[in-house]
Amino acid sequence: MIRWLLIGVLAVGVTGTAVWGYQEHQEKNAILVQAENSYQRAFHDLSYHTNLLHDKIGTVLAMNSQKQLSPQLADIWRITSEAHNDVGQLPLALLPFNKTEEFLSDIGEFTYRTAIRDLNKNPLTDDEVKLLESLYKQSGKIEKELRKVQYMVLNENLRWMDVQLALASDEKSDNTIINGFKTVEKNMEGYAEGDLGPTFTGASQQNHEYKFLKGENLSEEKAKEKTKEIFEIPQGAKVTMTKSGKGAEVPTYSLSYRSDKKNGYMDISVKGGHPISILVERDLQEAELGLYEGSEKAKNFLEKYKYKGMENFQSTQYEQVGVYNFLYVQDDVRIYPDSLQVKVALDNGDILGLSARDFLMNHHERSIKEPKISEEEARSNVNPNVKIREQHMAIIENDLSEEVLCYEFLGTLGESTYRIFINANDGVEEKVEKLKQAEMKFG
Amino acid sequence: MKWLRVVSILLIVCMLTISISSSVDQTSHAFSPRILQKGSTGDDVIELQARLQYIGFYEGNIDGVFGWGTYWALRNFQKEFGLEVDGLAGQEAKQKLIDATNYDRQYVKKQINSGKDFTYYGGTSKEQQTEPSQKGEDQKKDDGPSEPTSVNVPTGYSQNDIQLMANAVHGEARGEPYVGQVAVAAVILNRVESSTFPNSVSGVIFEPRAFTAVSDGQIWLEPDETSKEAVMDAMNGWDPSQNALYYFNPNTATSDWIWSRPQIKKIGKHIFAK
Repeated sequence: MIRWLLIGVLAVGVTGTAVWGYQEHQEKNAILVQAENSYQRAFHDLSYHTNLLHDKIGTVLAMNSQKQLSPQLADIWRITSEAHNDVGQLPLALLPFNKTEEFLSDIGEFTYRTAIRDLNKNPLTDDEVKLLESLYKQSGKIEKELRKVQYMVLNENLRWMDVQLALASDEKSDNTIINGFKTVEKNMEGYAEGDLGPTFTGASQQNHEYKFLKGENLSEEKAKEKTKEIFEIPQGAKVTMTKSGKGAEVPTYSLSYRSDKKNGYMDISVKGGHPISILVERDLQEAELGLYEGSEKAKNFLEKYKYKGMENFQSTQYEQVGVYNFLYVQDDVRIYPDSLQVKVALDNGDILGLSARDFLMNHHERSIKEPKISEEEARSNVNPNVKIREQHMAIIENDLSEEVLCYEFLGTLGESTYRIFINANDGVEEKVEKLKQAEMKFG
Repeated sequence: MKWLRVVSILLIVCMLTISISSSVDQTSHAFSPRILQKGSTGDDVIELQARLQYIGFYEGNIDGVFGWGTYWALRNFQKEFGLEVDGLAGQEAKQKLIDATNYDRQYVKKQINSGKDFTYYGGTSKEQQTEPSQKGEDQKKDDGPSEPTSVNVPTGYSQNDIQLMANAVHGEARGEPYVGQVAVAAVILNRVESSTFPNSVSGVIFEPRAFTAVSDGQIWLEPDETSKEAVMDAMNGWDPSQNALYYFNPNTATSDWIWSRPQIKKIGKHIFAK
């Protein structure tokens, strides 16, 4: 009797486990399928968008009137951005695919610039047409290769999950999809950035290469001394120093300092010994100082380290910390590219940080010309619904990465505040920013 | 009879303190001595906003964050009252405000702590400026300073971005020195800026196989305060990685390709590269 009972219990147990196991398996499969589907979608989208891209560039070559060209170029710009997003969704991060991505972003950059230009006044130059032709050819190659991969994927029922596994295991993988993408990339090697010609210089918005950096080279000893001075630590204290590698934009020393109370870190340029980035970490007490008192501390710090003519144009309190943005002001003109940030502890007023990268990259004395249009004219180019409350002169970097002299207006529309830049030479509305409001706290 | 005397003395003391404390709250409460400017947060910003609203200069929410709305209101106030128009709430401006307005600290604090929408215009009865209270709410104690109901966020980002990035930084770089965490956060932001990566924080973080912490689920660990601070520093412009786009741990890196990237520096266990 007992034996039968035991057998019965065991039988129920085994069936139960089997059912449970099967359900788990089903669930896992469902999730795998879902992941696979999202990869597949991104991949097929990518292929679709490159097809579209090729066709659209082709039609641009045949067009002539501005009325037609501008919307078409804008459309291409949109498609490149979509294609770019698709690439981002695929598990290709460890696969060298950057040439193709660069190509996409270059098309985007080019079409954006030409789309916003008044093509009636400045029609496409011969060079630009040549460039378009080469982009057309290149996009044709990508299209062809991607179509091949797509065909194989569909025909042989290949799975992106396998690509992921193959890439993760990093063996000499013989995965059809990976090989396909490698071929795409290889085809792109014929396309070097040099092909783009002079139109593209300065396309990368951050590439200023610290060309205005001045001063003698700093010795390692001097760098250490300077660190001790800035961090206010005793002369005998130990400071660790490393030199930057060959990938750095500018040669730097990195110095760090550790103690029970605080940790300090600083990057300082070898040339001229300018601190690029300073960070101090320590426990913070309740804020004793207000944001205003903190800004005085920040100003004193900048004075002390010979950052002259800086104006605090924005300050923000994050509980016990004040963060201050400074701009260089030359002849009453705010120079937006020459900006730096200072972080102040509001418990005792110590400097917790400096970030001077933008400043050091861009700063130089500019020859500022008189504006060609009057303030009144500039005002008339602002949306009449905006109530202008403050104005300045400013130099900003516009969408094409050129420095332009502008009238800067701060104005309100309803409850929002806007910063509007009107070009001081031709009255073009260069930039309109809606300024950040505080966000409601969640929970 | 002795106990009766003790009790009565105690009673008198109690009544005295109550009347003193309430009179303090009602009339003579004033700002702290610090100067307020755009970007400030805290209890005295709540008072500033409430007083500006009392005389109709400020129409926004009383949230304890000195934003653009408060800035324009204060400037208008300074102009009307013949003060220097600088948008700073210094002693003079505060004194003028105290003379011109009435601040019912209890009322404002109660509304803030109960999380209701409310206004504080002078000359209108307070009952009309708030939602009707529900049972049980009145028992809440209103001691100590009130917390602002809004929060400053670095330009261009939201609290959700901070949270998501803090998760990623915690998953990727917990145990690393603080600068190392700031650098990892900066790499994420550099990728958003870069033309060869997706153009959003979430796009970069969830790019398949880009971050190990995302692939193996460590991104969903609860981040600590340090990683949040590191993210804030990166968003505010600090970049100890010096514009790096990649980083890897040389002991665990599985890809040969990553070694071909030009290296910038090493912080903690991570090598940062272009």
